[in-house]
Amino acid sequence: MFFVSLNIMRSQYFSYILFIQVIFACGQADISISTSAHKNYTIELIVPDLKIPWGMAFLPDNSLLITEKEGLIIHFKNGEKTNIKNVPTTYLRGQGGLMGIAIHPNFKDNNLIYFTQSSSVGSDKSGGNTALYRAVLQENALQDISLLYKAEPNTKKSVHFGSRIAFDNDGYLYFTIGDRGNRDVNPQDLTKDGGKVYRLTESGEIPSDNPFVNVLNAKTAVYSYGHRNPQGITKHPVTGEIWIHEHGPRGGDEINIIKAGKNYGWPKITYGKNYTGTTITKDKALPGMEQPFYYWIPSIAPSGMTFIYNSAYTDWNGSLVVGSLKFNYLERLTLDNNRVVNREKIANEIGRVRDVVLGPDGFLYLAVENKGICKIVPNP
Amino acid sequence: MRFLFLIIFLSTSSLAQQSSGDSYARGQMIYADFCVRCHLPDGTGETNLIPPLAKADFLKDIQATVHSIKYGIHGPITVNGVQYNNSMSPMGLENDEIADVTNYILNSWGNTTEMIVTEKYVKGIKETK
Repeated sequence: MFFVSLNIMRSQYFSYILFIQVIFACGQADISISTSAHKNYTIELIVPDLKIPWGMAFLPDNSLLITEKEGLIIHFKNGEKTNIKNVPTTYLRGQGGLMGIAIHPNFKDNNLIYFTQSSSVGSDKSGGNTALYRAVLQENALQDISLLYKAEPNTKKSVHFGSRIAFDNDGYLYFTIGDRGNRDVNPQDLTKDGGKVYRLTESGEIPSDNPFVNVLNAKTAVYSYGHRNPQGITKHPVTGEIWIHEHGPRGGDEINIIKAGKNYGWPKITYGKNYTGTTITKDKALPGMEQPFYYWIPSIAPSGMTFIYNSAYTDWNGSLVVGSLKFNYLERLTLDNNRVVNREKIANEIGRVRDVVLGPDGFLYLAVENKGICKIVPNP
Repeated sequence: MRFLFLIIFLSTSSLAQQSSGDSYARGQMIYADFCVRCHLPDGTGETNLIPPLAKADFLKDIQATVHSIKYGIHGPITVNGVQYNNSMSPMGLENDEIADVTNYILNSWGNTTEMIVTEKYVKGIKETK
């Protein structure tokens, strides 16, 4: 009798715990996306005839650097496209290509740019992995090119190279590498590349206060881990925090605010499933693993992100915008009290939105596959 | 002697079957790595966004099929009467890998094709604009 009641108490206790976990894990309110009834903007095609424009970075003179996935860096100035010379060879396979691009916070004095590409340099193994480069941009050519980081090992897997670049307010550089199609090995292992957000100094050194500098055999450039494939990164304009988003599998794309040494859970916890619909893990939350700031079900295939601030759009200031590769729109997320409270489709049906940046002129620029660079202009 | 011929006949026929079967199996793995995210495990694609592969009339033109995998597709195509205006980048696959994944696609989800696509055939497909 005693044992029976104890068992009942136990099972009640456990179901209570389970209940709490479920509440915690499913704490996100269901916000379906809407399209604004009156469209108060127009879309102008600024740079036509691009294939897969992957990344953008404005220079101080308001000209634009654009990466083409197939391996080009294009300088768009005064209505003309010029291919930048001396770009290292891209290992072009699957999702790999010439990807993220950023300028040094003090570009106007040093002309330094940074970019990521899939690369076969490094290990003898055939295949490729993500590389981060720095170079001086001089008269439409790269000079003093230095390889700041190369993920190992090379692999012929086609997926999850990352990779975006951002600087924080202290001048540290953050960039992302996806799990390289090896989810059960890379993201949770600090001694392996892939499935990580990395932090380096502007010259590629490991900051002495990086979280894993004292962990035996760890990749000491790692800043956070347990990521799947982050293809969006931006600095919060007020807090200075680094925000990323990452592709989930089927469902479970996430927005995460990056904190030193934290584990974001992939593939131990996820809100997504395998593409076949089978289960990856039953867990949506586990101790010691971060919950996403927001997650998408179904997946929108997020790519590129920026906050809108000091912009040409008075109604949109404070919003976060994210490109959707899958649904061909720009998603505007309204945030309030550290939560997503509204989602809206901008530029609906424009095409696969690969990147979005806020230009120095306060306008949003979208990199759209098979189209080019588009500017969103508010109606007067 | 007859028996010996029979054995030779059986072993060669199973060898031929095995090699097309191997190509199909390798193609299945390439599909799972390169194609499945957009075209989905059952080859149905996404309504109005990603064309289907299952029972797709586009695949009757094997040359165009191989060309699209080898060099990508940019711009409008029509599949089973529906127009898609999207972009698929070239995947950077080797010719033998393209042969394998084509054999898998041409013989999955109700698709059947007699021709076995070879590495040599893929090599012979040149880029047309």
